[in-house]
Amino acid sequence: MNHPIIIPILTSTIEATDIKTITFHYPGDVLPGQFFMVWIPGVDEIPMSVSQITKRVKGITFRNIGDATRALYQLKKGDHIGIRGPYGNGFTLIGKRLLFVGGGTGIAMLVPVVEQARKKKLPSTVILGVKTKNQLFFEDRLRRTGTTVLVSTDDGSLGYKGFASDLAKEILQKEKIDMVYTCGPERMMSSLLSYCKSIPFQASLERYMKCAIGICGQCCVGKGLRVCLDGPIFDGATLKKVEDFGIYRRDAAGRKILF
Amino acid sequence: MVDISTTIGPLRLKNPTMLASGIMDEDAGSMQRMMDCGAGAIVTKSIGMQPREGYANPTVVELEYGLLNAMGLPNPGIELYGEEVKKLRTSNVPIIGSIYAADADEFVSLAEKMQRFGANALELNVSCPHAKQYGLEVGCDPVLLQEIVTSVKQNVSIPVFIKVSPNIMNLVQIVQGAEKASADAIVAINTVKAMKIDLETRCPVLANKTGGYSGKAIKPIGVRCVYDIAQAVDIPIIGVGGITTGEDAIEYFMAGASAVQIGSAVYYRGPDVFKSVCEEIKTWMKNHGTTTIKELIGAACR
Repeated sequence: MNHPIIIPILTSTIEATDIKTITFHYPGDVLPGQFFMVWIPGVDEIPMSVSQITKRVKGITFRNIGDATRALYQLKKGDHIGIRGPYGNGFTLIGKRLLFVGGGTGIAMLVPVVEQARKKKLPSTVILGVKTKNQLFFEDRLRRTGTTVLVSTDDGSLGYKGFASDLAKEILQKEKIDMVYTCGPERMMSSLLSYCKSIPFQASLERYMKCAIGICGQCCVGKGLRVCLDGPIFDGATLKKVEDFGIYRRDAAGRKILF
Repeated sequence: MVDISTTIGPLRLKNPTMLASGIMDEDAGSMQRMMDCGAGAIVTKSIGMQPREGYANPTVVELEYGLLNAMGLPNPGIELYGEEVKKLRTSNVPIIGSIYAADADEFVSLAEKMQRFGANALELNVSCPHAKQYGLEVGCDPVLLQEIVTSVKQNVSIPVFIKVSPNIMNLVQIVQGAEKASADAIVAINTVKAMKIDLETRCPVLANKTGGYSGKAIKPIGVRCVYDIAQAVDIPIIGVGGITTGEDAIEYFMAGASAVQIGSAVYYRGPDVFKSVCEEIKTWMKNHGTTTIKELIGAACR
């Protein structure tokens, strides 16, 4: 049933400056790309994509950026949060040679699908794009899967200097890629989609959510596509018809906010 | 041949299933999808003069027999939302603009704008159970409500519907007042004021603490209200509250409704619920030798 279940936090780990992972017992099946609604009682309830999936334990990774994540960041092992979900469709693994492009905290939710791909021994490359090197996280976790990891920083403090999408463009020109998976700033993802041309593409979208069960309409994009239920993962063909993609999101009142 | 078209005053609907306010009506795209899914009319979310963010989450929780929500009337304000309504004005599915305000002047201003943006009718939200100054706080005051309806009717030419609350003891007095003030139809019911407490945290789950209960659990309450209203007024009634199947709709017709609105069932059965309910209505009518909705309206009141 779609109401929060109160559970204690198992672990709370700092991954990088202002970035933490929280884990909790959740024995049900969760697909890479799905999300939970996380309730911090007395503060807010927010959507959080899953960043860690084991049989009994699931995790979320987030940046301390707003009221809800600030409260979540302060919580310690044993403190209680409410969880409902998982929601959304999740990624679909198709193709042999895969390219993953994560920007900022978008990196977190890509890791489980990379791990899934590597379990199937699929050759893959992951681009981790961050503003500066101290914001990088999950690099070691990804290298352990045997995937190729490339880093881009906006300021050039580590790896490629520039946007992750620009580095991806170079790879797409050189190598044959069967599928591109991405999560990050939407303008980065829309640039990436334009570089992909006919290469299949899956992107995870983020919108302000309220019900998370497909009725309130708050998170709709394009012609009534519900990010909470029809997404959050959309393919390239769908996104090419979504006029909002890379252009605007809506705030809690429904006003358009340009990216 | 079964005909499921219906009329609400001058408004003609190809089928009696309307999208209820506050469901999948964030923008033109979401409302367009509900039209494509077969809704006979679309009611917009409730729009006010100024943008309003609504309450913090949790705003919606599912309970055993229904949904509990306290959205808090989030909307971008009439000017911005007008752009969404305008995009739909060429559609052949009627758009009913839902508006909320605290007094007659604001209601008139919103009504005039909605009409100008292309709405085919208005629904005055005087029944939201969880917004201070608005909704139910207006809709339980017969004098204020009559003044609002009279003023709105004097200033627009499109039909004006009044959406009433089940959370009042003077329902008959309220709807008779609305009829006297020339309202074109009554929409009944809005959600039932309710609460859910989480046992572990010992606090209400909704950020607003109280909310409105909808879905299957409230259907008998809605049917009773529509039945009571049908005895009290001669204007058409639009039934809403827990309608999930064709048979639910037929029960509302028999109580006196000329059309129905569907909200929570978009969750229970998905956006195609409009098509499904219409098919179920047709099947029931075929099996019972009924050819028009009109034959069913108020059948239980005779």
